Amino acid sequence: MAQPAKNQTVFAPWLDDSQKPLIEFSNVTKRFGDFTAIDHLNLSIYEKEFFALLGPSGCGKTTLMRMLAGFETPSDGTIRLGGEDIAAVPPNKRPVNMMFQSYALFPHLSVWDNIAFGLRRSTMPKDQIGARVEEMLRLTRLEKFARRKPHQISGGQRQRVALARSLAKAPKLLLLDEPLGALDKKLRTETQFELMDIQEKTGTTFVIVTHDQEEAMTVASRVAVMDHGQLIQVATPADIYEYPNSVYVADFIGDVNLIEGTVTAVNEGTCEVSYAEGAAPIKAATPESGVLGTKVAFAIRPEKIVVGTEPDPTRANAVKGKIEDIGYLGNISTYHVRLDSGQLISAQMTNSRRLARRDFTWEDEVWLSWTDTAGLVLTR
Amino acid sequence: MRRFSWFNATSLTLGFAFLYIPMILLVIYSFNGGRNVAVWGGFSTKWYGELVKNEAFLDAALVTLKVGLMSSTLATILGTMAAYVLVRGGKFYGRTLFSGAIYAPLVMPEVITGLSLLLLFIAVGLDRSVTTIVLAHTTFSMCYVSVVVSSRLVSFDQSLEEAALDLGCTPFDAFKSVTLPIIAPAVISGWLLAFTLSLDDLVIASFVSGPSSTTLPIKIWSAVRLGVSPEINALSTIMIGIVTVGVLIAAFMNKRAVVQRQKDEQKAAAA
Repeated sequence: MAQPAKNQTVFAPWLDDSQKPLIEFSNVTKRFGDFTAIDHLNLSIYEKEFFALLGPSGCGKTTLMRMLAGFETPSDGTIRLGGEDIAAVPPNKRPVNMMFQSYALFPHLSVWDNIAFGLRRSTMPKDQIGARVEEMLRLTRLEKFARRKPHQISGGQRQRVALARSLAKAPKLLLLDEPLGALDKKLRTETQFELMDIQEKTGTTFVIVTHDQEEAMTVASRVAVMDHGQLIQVATPADIYEYPNSVYVADFIGDVNLIEGTVTAVNEGTCEVSYAEGAAPIKAATPESGVLGTKVAFAIRPEKIVVGTEPDPTRANAVKGKIEDIGYLGNISTYHVRLDSGQLISAQMTNSRRLARRDFTWEDEVWLSWTDTAGLVLTR
Repeated sequence: MRRFSWFNATSLTLGFAFLYIPMILLVIYSFNGGRNVAVWGGFSTKWYGELVKNEAFLDAALVTLKVGLMSSTLATILGTMAAYVLVRGGKFYGRTLFSGAIYAPLVMPEVITGLSLLLLFIAVGLDRSVTTIVLAHTTFSMCYVSVVVSSRLVSFDQSLEEAALDLGCTPFDAFKSVTLPIIAPAVISGWLLAFTLSLDDLVIASFVSGPSSTTLPIKIWSAVRLGVSPEINALSTIMIGIVTVGVLIAAFMNKRAVVQRQKDEQKAAAA
C-alpha cells in the first residue's frame, strides 16, 4: 500500500504529470450483441502499481481484464500498453500474463513443467530456464512440490503454482482474476500479504480483479470501483473509504449510514442538510458551493459517530434516539439507534470499558454526536 | 454390504446366461473333433491347425486389420477436428447444419450408407479395393469419434487453453501441448471404437469391397452360407479370446488409474 512514510517519497505516479502510464484505456467500449459490458471507459494505470478493479459481478471488471490479456478486443476505442496500441497483438505476443480464477494449471504436467511452460516458448536460452524455474519455486515456497502433479497438492499450493507460472516470464503486467476466491478466509489473509510482498520484490505491475472490497483495500495502491461498465471512482483505498464520490461507492465499500435530505443553507465550506421535519438540520462540511436547495444524501460511517447518554458538546451535531439493537463483537459494539424522526442509524464504539460498566443498553435513550467533518454530502 | 438376495442371484444368472451361453457353446464346439458342426465327435484342436493353413482366411484377417488401423486413425483425426470446431468454434454461419450433418450417419441405415458410397465410387471411377473400404469405414466411424471427443471437450475448462495462449503458445501449439494431452483418453476411446466398428462391419464392406479385398466378416459370412464349418468356430473363438484379453487389460489399467488417483488425492489433502 502507498502509505506516506517519513523521509520517503510517496508512491503516487498518478499525481505526477511527467509519468507516462503503462496502460492507457481511451474511450474503450465493449459490446456483446446488445449488451454493453464496458461503456466509454478511460483509465490510466502506472508502472509498479497494484491496481484493483472492484465491483459486483457483471460490472465489466473481468471483461476489462480479458481485453488486457488479449482474449477480447474492444468494440471501440484504444488500449495502449507502454504507448503502443495492442488491439492487433494476439495474447501469445503480449508482455502480459494472467493468473486465472480457476488457476488453469495443466493437469498433465508437474508443478515444475507448469512453471517452465511459458519459458520454453520464450526466447530464453534452454540452460537458463532451470534456474528461473527454481527461482520461482523459491519465491512461492514450492521447492518441495516441484515434481508433483497439480492434483497432488492442496488448494493453497495450487494458487501459488498459478502465481509462479504467471510470473515466470517476468511480464510487464500481471493480471489476477479473483486470485484468492477459492481459498478459505485465514489462508486468504495470509496470501494477500504474500502477494503484496511478491509484487514489491518483483516490481511487476499488478492488476487484480475482485469482488471482495476488503481484499482490494488491503492489497491495492489504487482501487477502481466499477458498475455497469463504467468507472465510478478511482482512488487510493483511504480516499475511496473516506471520500467516496457517490452513494454507490460509499455503500459498496464498508458500512455507511445514508440520510437523505435537502440542503437548506450554505456558508463558507459548510452546509446544513434538513432530513426530517422538526429535526435540527445536519451541519456538514462541503467543498461544493452550488448545492443549495438540491437533494443530497448525507453519508457517515458508523465508527465516526459517538454514542453517549448526553450530547457531546465538542461535536457540531447531536441527535436523540433509542437503542434498538446492539451487536457485540468483542472489541467493538455496533448500536442500531432509531432516531425520533424514524431513521435507523448504526454507530460503532470500541469497548474500552468492560461490558458490565456500560451506561446504556437496549431500549435506552441515547445521544448520537458527530463533528461537521465526520460525514460527507453526496450529490449523486 | 447388503446380503445377496435370491432375486439378485437369479437375475444375474439369467442375464449372464442370455449373454454368454451362445458364445460358450461356440467355444466348446471349436474343439469338436468331428466333421459335423452340431454333433460332438470328441475333443480335438485340429480345426485350429486347419485354420492356420487356410490362406484365404489369413488374407482376409490381414485385410481387416489393415482397414481397421487405417480407417480408425483417419476417422480419429477427422472426428477430433470436427468435434473441436463444433465445441470451440463459437458461432459461425451454418453451425447447426454442420453439427446435424456430422451426427446424421449415426442413425443412417448401413445399407443406405453402403449403397450411396458404392454409387460415389463408381461415379468417380474408383476401383473397389482396400482403399474404398478404408474410405467407407472412415466415413461412418468418424461421427462416433466426434461424439466421444466432443463430450470430453465440453467438460474441459477452456481457461486451460487461454492459459496456454497467455504463456506464449500459438493456437496450434496450445492444442498440441495442452488440449490434446488432456483429451487423449477420449481420443483413444474414439479410436478403439472406430477400430471395433471397422472390424465388425459386414454390410458397408460388402458394398464397397472388391474381389481382391475381402474382409474377415465378409469371408465368414460367405463361408457360413456354404455351410458352417468347425473352422469358423475356431476362428470365432480366437476373436473372442483377443477381445477378452483387450477388455481385461483396459479394465485393469483403468482400475489402477483410479486407485492411483485416490492415493494422490489423499496425499494432497494431507499436504
